[in-house]
Amino acid sequence: MESVLNGRSVVPGSAEGVAVVSTQPISFWGGLDPQTGTIIDRRHERCGEIITGKVFVFPRGKGSSTASAVLLESIRLGTAPAAIINTHVDPILALGAIVAEELYHKTVPVVVLSQEDHATIRDGDCLVIDPDGTIEITAVRTNENP
Amino acid sequence: MNVKSSVKDRQMLEGQYGDAAKLAMSILVRMAEVYGTTELIDVTQAHVDSCALLSDSNLEFAETLLERGGRVSIPTTLNMIPLDLQNWKRLGVPEKFAVKAMRLATAYTDMGCVPTWTCAPYQGYLTPRFGQQIAWGESNAVVYANSVLGARTNRYGDFLDICAAITGRAPKAGLHLKENRKGQLLLRLVDIPPKLQEEESFYVALGHLMGNLVQDKVPVIEGLPVRATDDHLKALGAAAASSGAVALFHAIGVTPEANTLEEALQGSHPERIIDVQSSDLKAAWSDLSTAAEGEKLDVVILGCPHFSFAEFQQLAQAIEDLGGGPRHPTCRMLILTSQTSYSLLQRSDFVDPLTDFGVEIVLDTCMFHTPIIGPETKVVMTNSGKCAYYAPGHLDVQVAFSSLRDCICSAIAGVVCREESLWKVS
Repeated sequence: MESVLNGRSVVPGSAEGVAVVSTQPISFWGGLDPQTGTIIDRRHERCGEIITGKVFVFPRGKGSSTASAVLLESIRLGTAPAAIINTHVDPILALGAIVAEELYHKTVPVVVLSQEDHATIRDGDCLVIDPDGTIEITAVRTNENP
Repeated sequence: MNVKSSVKDRQMLEGQYGDAAKLAMSILVRMAEVYGTTELIDVTQAHVDSCALLSDSNLEFAETLLERGGRVSIPTTLNMIPLDLQNWKRLGVPEKFAVKAMRLATAYTDMGCVPTWTCAPYQGYLTPRFGQQIAWGESNAVVYANSVLGARTNRYGDFLDICAAITGRAPKAGLHLKENRKGQLLLRLVDIPPKLQEEESFYVALGHLMGNLVQDKVPVIEGLPVRATDDHLKALGAAAASSGAVALFHAIGVTPEANTLEEALQGSHPERIIDVQSSDLKAAWSDLSTAAEGEKLDVVILGCPHFSFAEFQQLAQAIEDLGGGPRHPTCRMLILTSQTSYSLLQRSDFVDPLTDFGVEIVLDTCMFHTPIIGPETKVVMTNSGKCAYYAPGHLDVQVAFSSLRDCICSAIAGVVCREESLWKVS
């Protein structure tokens, strides 16, 4: 199944990757280890998973205001997700991505979708994100390779 | 740019106020778009959290601003830093880490920030006024400033705080505007025994529950005791800003924008009414612990957010009530605090009882940001909802949450023991 979703481009950029989908909010500080790109919040359903190079699909950020610094460091180290897709604008995560562009000229696009569209993305879907906020679901994952 | 700006804003963007102000303003303008506004407003105070996490990118950002001539234009306090400047050697922090942490701290003080180094800036120097437009980072400080003081800030992430401090500007959006400060959800406390409401852990359990329930909405609490102390409200807000993204709550008859329910709701109707019962709080209280009763305890952590003078006083009293200790030889008790509270402590007569008990006082920093809890630590106990929330992921430990009294008893016994009777639903 292929489909196209139109979202709001909060931090514009191009990316593609395999979706890691969660319905739970997360604080990147205390939730993501920037050294390894692993989710470390023991309360989070995807704890233990590496999100480096993946498209991380979750509703919104929460918790610490240091989350922006954790995202920045993970972008510097190359452990960050390829893109972030939320249902709510999270200024703290957007900030981390914007500062990364200023400091390192690396872009991690952030897109916000309606809850209905957000819910259509399945774990393992291959996604292509355009700077205008368009998200193309190109293929449902059929094997372990993205 | 699409954002309407003043002449000075444009001059900053063009570099007439130096390269640091140019960078800060360009980030701010992009963030205004993220917030969905086309305007900036003046802010007259900032609290910077960007000094808290030691990472190469954080250091690079701070030193870049400094090298480009960055200087704050409004009174600006600093959050905790990743180092106890006085005691780091005794605490076993590696020198390489310490040197970098000092560079981070110095970059911000060189830009003109006040070296308050605390995550509880509302209990120290430069407390904001009611209605004051400010730009604060640190999730627990944000919720306290908005809710308890009635100052106005969004939940600003690291980097925007210092950009606002340099430019004196912030996006005209969110909680800076009165209409966005109205209560959206009503939490009614039903049937909570009065004795429980005197317990500090009641406030933490309520905060933890509230954060989970409301996420980033503005809750109104009906039925909170009017005698709630500053430290109770600090504990409540810190817990709610960990389990959720709460940046403002109202408590009728307690917080300044909620003299009445009508005022808190600004005349509108709540989107949802939620009745909170003792059993809900009991579940939230249990949810904060991962360690089992009777487990060997390695460290008790107090002061998350930073311990106040009043909390030191309560600790000393509780230790005296429990026979003076000392703590078990294999169980440390760490108390995180600010230099301000510590100075008051030193003028008091409870330094000796605390020393005799065997507490370790740690200044200016946070156990999540400075390496003072090693891999040999398996089980920690705390009276803080925020610490209990983050400790398992951050410190790779099991955590037990309970009252201050239970923390002291457990430190003496060297094992986790919790007095659950207070939480029994009668």
